[in-house]
Amino acid sequence: MGGHHHDHDHDNHFTAIEARVKALETLMVEKGYVDPAALDAIIDTYETKIGPRDGARVVARAWTDPAFAARLKADGTAAVAELGYGGRGGEHIVACFNTPEEHNLIVCTLCSCYPWPVLGLPPVWYKSPPYRAKAVIDPRGTIADFGVTLPENQRIRVWDSTAETRFMVIPMRPAGTEGWSEEKLASIVSRDSMIGTGLPRVEDAA
Amino acid sequence: MNPPETDLAAALAADTPIPRDAEGPIFAEPWQAQAFALVVALQNKGVFSADEWAQALGAEIREALAAGGCRDGSDYYERWCEALEHLLIAKGLASHTSVDALAASWARAAEATPHGKPIRLENDPLRPAGPTAIA
Repeated sequence: MGGHHHDHDHDNHFTAIEARVKALETLMVEKGYVDPAALDAIIDTYETKIGPRDGARVVARAWTDPAFAARLKADGTAAVAELGYGGRGGEHIVACFNTPEEHNLIVCTLCSCYPWPVLGLPPVWYKSPPYRAKAVIDPRGTIADFGVTLPENQRIRVWDSTAETRFMVIPMRPAGTEGWSEEKLASIVSRDSMIGTGLPRVEDAA
Repeated sequence: MNPPETDLAAALAADTPIPRDAEGPIFAEPWQAQAFALVVALQNKGVFSADEWAQALGAEIREALAAGGCRDGSDYYERWCEALEHLLIAKGLASHTSVDALAASWARAAEATPHGKPIRLENDPLRPAGPTAIA
């Protein structure tokens, strides 16, 4: 039995940044700006409730309901609210419809603004400096980096997101999906196809 | 954009591969989720606007890149935390001293908490009694 005062395990350790986040949280809780339970609810919402499946349902509805597609084109925020998405307020959703003449690509050159209410949180690459730079300078090359080759005669329009305006891409409905249910259509709408770095693929159908 | 930033953007576009992920985890570590939620909650409370946040985060990322920071964006949430701290300081809601003191207190609390027990600020052996009252 050694008489050590320090023989308990130091199993718990905060890295500098972990301690700093806890410090900021404590300050804001003590000032009454933040309720710890609200933080847990926010994390749960973004980890498990909001995600690209929501955006895919918007796209599938637009493919099957021309009146909805028209409303989505006219006022994206109001149209996605019909399906129960949005509600944080502040940001407008603008739907950019791909056509045979024009393909849309979204980026945020400032930081990482993204259509959260319909796609959840952005992927790692969307936030990366090379994507944010290359999407503007060489959009065709950027899309090619994702393994997608667009027809030479299809223009690419790049939309730079802001805190107020969040764009989402409405890809074209692929041939060979005639008669599919909305649910089956939604299963081929990938996250990347709603950013513009991908296309829906019939072979991905659930 | 001024010329150095244009050069940096061109270099990034030309030389740095875009990192890729499948539908991977949303947050790599719990502190990232906590920092994310804190910013959403403060915006919901109107402590700062979405635009103020985008400007603050954008400036932090731009400065870090210009100073030779990670080009692949893997330091994104570190920049996120710095942007939050700087914005709260600019708004007079925090100070470097208060954040430093509380962070040190949390670090000591973690070390003093036995494995398996929740880490609480009260576990900091050097923590003065009563509310933090430092800001």
